[in-house]
Amino acid sequence: MSAQQEFAADVLVVGGGPAATWAALDAARAGADVVLADKGYCGTSGSTAAGGTGVWYVDPEPALREAAMASREALGGHLADRRWMARVLDQTYVNMNELAESRSYPFPTGPDGRQLRTGLQGPEYMRRMRIRVRRAGVRILDHSPVTELLTAADGSVAGAAGQRRQAGHPFLVRAGAVVLATGGCAFLSKALGTNTNTGDGALYAAEVGAELSGMEFSNAYGIAPEHTSVTKTAFYSYASFSTGDGAALEGAASQGGRSVIARSLLAGEKVYCRLDRADEAARRAMRLAQPNFFLTFDRLGIDPFTDRFAVTLLAEGTVRGTGGIRIAGDDCRTTVPGLYAAGDAATREEICGGFTGGGSHNAAWAMSSGTWAGRGAAGYARALGPGAHRRVLAPAGRAGLRPTAAPGGRPGGDAREIVAAVQRQVLPYDKNYLRHGDGLTGALSVLDDTWARLRAGLRATGTDAVRARQAAALTANARWMYRSALARTESRGMARRLDHPGQDPAQHHRIASGGLDEVWTRPLARTATEAAA
Amino acid sequence: MIELVSAERCVACDRCIRVCPTDVFERGADGVPVIARQDDCQTCFQCEANCPADALFVAPYTHPQPQDPAVRDERRLADAGLLGSYRAQIGWGRGRTPGALRAIGPALGPAAQATPITS
Ligand SMILES: Cc1cc2nc3c(=O)[nH]c(=O)nc-3n(C[C@H](O)[C@H](O)[C@H](O)COP(=O)(O)OP(=O)(O)OC[C@H]3O[C@@H](n4cnc5c(N)ncnc54)[C@H](O)[C@@H]3O)c2cc1C
Repeated sequence: MSAQQEFAADVLVVGGGPAATWAALDAARAGADVVLADKGYCGTSGSTAAGGTGVWYVDPEPALREAAMASREALGGHLADRRWMARVLDQTYVNMNELAESRSYPFPTGPDGRQLRTGLQGPEYMRRMRIRVRRAGVRILDHSPVTELLTAADGSVAGAAGQRRQAGHPFLVRAGAVVLATGGCAFLSKALGTNTNTGDGALYAAEVGAELSGMEFSNAYGIAPEHTSVTKTAFYSYASFSTGDGAALEGAASQGGRSVIARSLLAGEKVYCRLDRADEAARRAMRLAQPNFFLTFDRLGIDPFTDRFAVTLLAEGTVRGTGGIRIAGDDCRTTVPGLYAAGDAATREEICGGFTGGGSHNAAWAMSSGTWAGRGAAGYARALGPGAHRRVLAPAGRAGLRPTAAPGGRPGGDAREIVAAVQRQVLPYDKNYLRHGDGLTGALSVLDDTWARLRAGLRATGTDAVRARQAAALTANARWMYRSALARTESRGMARRLDHPGQDPAQHHRIASGGLDEVWTRPLARTATEAAA
Repeated sequence: MIELVSAERCVACDRCIRVCPTDVFERGADGVPVIARQDDCQTCFQCEANCPADALFVAPYTHPQPQDPAVRDERRLADAGLLGSYRAQIGWGRGRTPGALRAIGPALGPAAQATPITS
């Protein structure tokens, strides 16, 4: 095995998307020495870089802010928290204005002569965030997936280890504090830019005893042309949907009618679409606003405004769901000392409740929580003082790295086979999208078996460890997701149950989850500010 | 999925190897990157956007198209204006204006008024 490369830093940021880059930048600006380790390449990796985002940027006019906070409250099942919404709106306003004023992003100018600061094209935004992070003195490690956290004797998180996959050797970072900004979990569905989002952060957090929350809000599905990846859905508000013989598909819509599309696809029928409700001006504007939306069509030779094209739904899990690592303080600390979470790795229930954070909220959360987690981690590291790097470290990784069975025991399967086994339980619309208690129970028991098998026997070393850990993370995320979905015996936010179609006032609370060999859930008591929402 | 690395256009700058988020490329013996792990390609078009020589083509399909030579037909793709098209649209490359500066979207359609946009 090649020699391990060692680094020491005040703050280690794991990830390379908007949450990670804002965390790294603000930790560095708070005086910390920062290392950022990304699985892919910081600047192209993650769902923002590929997709781009509308951003929850709202002028600080009380009436506008009030309307913004109220807009998704009912859709989210009244699980969001007004105090957090206000904080995120404030911080997002500051961060977006900073991008504009420091000329770190070329915002367009609207018809009224004011800059439009409600959206960010992904490649441009993330390319420039990388430059800013570098200029702040952060050491960026690309193609350096973290595979496990390291803990000090008192259980606090004190670093992480991983693989520099292009260099072909392992690395280790001793750190005062760690920010997990690894994105959500989309189960390798190939929805746009999400295949680095395998829920690694949630697994690592759970291995050191952190909790998750809202994992039942994890069944977002995005529309894409059949056999393709671009799940950008805003422009489907202009769509008409039809069946194979050209008849209108009754009830199908991008918003509030996706289950109709899912049912048709499940029945083996093709669903066709045409964006024929856009006028000429809208069509031109759409091309300028989101050129990547048209990549697929241009390459297929389809005019989406006049031609009918077949569509599919791709799983986006917690990327456009809202579940993730539970946040235990305003600085985005977790319940484990030294460990912080930001972006899609964390729960977004604080501002979305149980409704999707796509379209604006997730992007706002990524930059706001990134800023807070970066500062929080910097402060925590500073308080530890110079002894931080002398702590004795223990590796926290288990499944896929350190199997429980004696060598030569029951084989744990290989990572690819485990991924396929998990996908069979989480991608199909009849199991995950149109959820029913019976289906959830069956799927969960298969997933529990898969976990037991891989926990006992899967062992990978070197760069193979990355795939093994991804397989373990997908399995763990799937189990928290279905266990939480079973615990919510009602329909709230996106966590709808065919066998419990109504909303139950007695279940007006969030659901925490966690555990690895034994997965658990428990209701969380509502805070005073949640109650006000 | 990535289907074409044009040896003719490639300037062996290694950018695609570096920027691919899912580590699909390896450096070939002649310096031209090879598609070493096509199955890992997530069809995100980031390699194309970053290629200074417009030497790459990402087909829109999420599965390899071994039976369809059209996705690797450099002449046809160039004639159709597809090589380097994404890069041109986002305004990357010398003398171009960032596409972001022109990114003024439509007022979203009637359905969008009633419910929030979810991207
Ligand atoms: C098609 C699409 C469109 C969207 N549009 C919108 C929108 O309009 N508005 C909106 O608000 N939201 C939108 N979203 C959601 C938005 O993209 C995400 O919420 C946002 O990208 C989250 O940022 P993040 O930094 O947490 O995660 P990501 O941007 O996904 O970045 C995660 C990073 O972590 C890295 N990583 C993962 N695992 C590891 C590991 N083990 N070690 C090291 N690094 C790791 C990845 O390589 C990646 O760089 C959209 C999502 C999709 C899929």
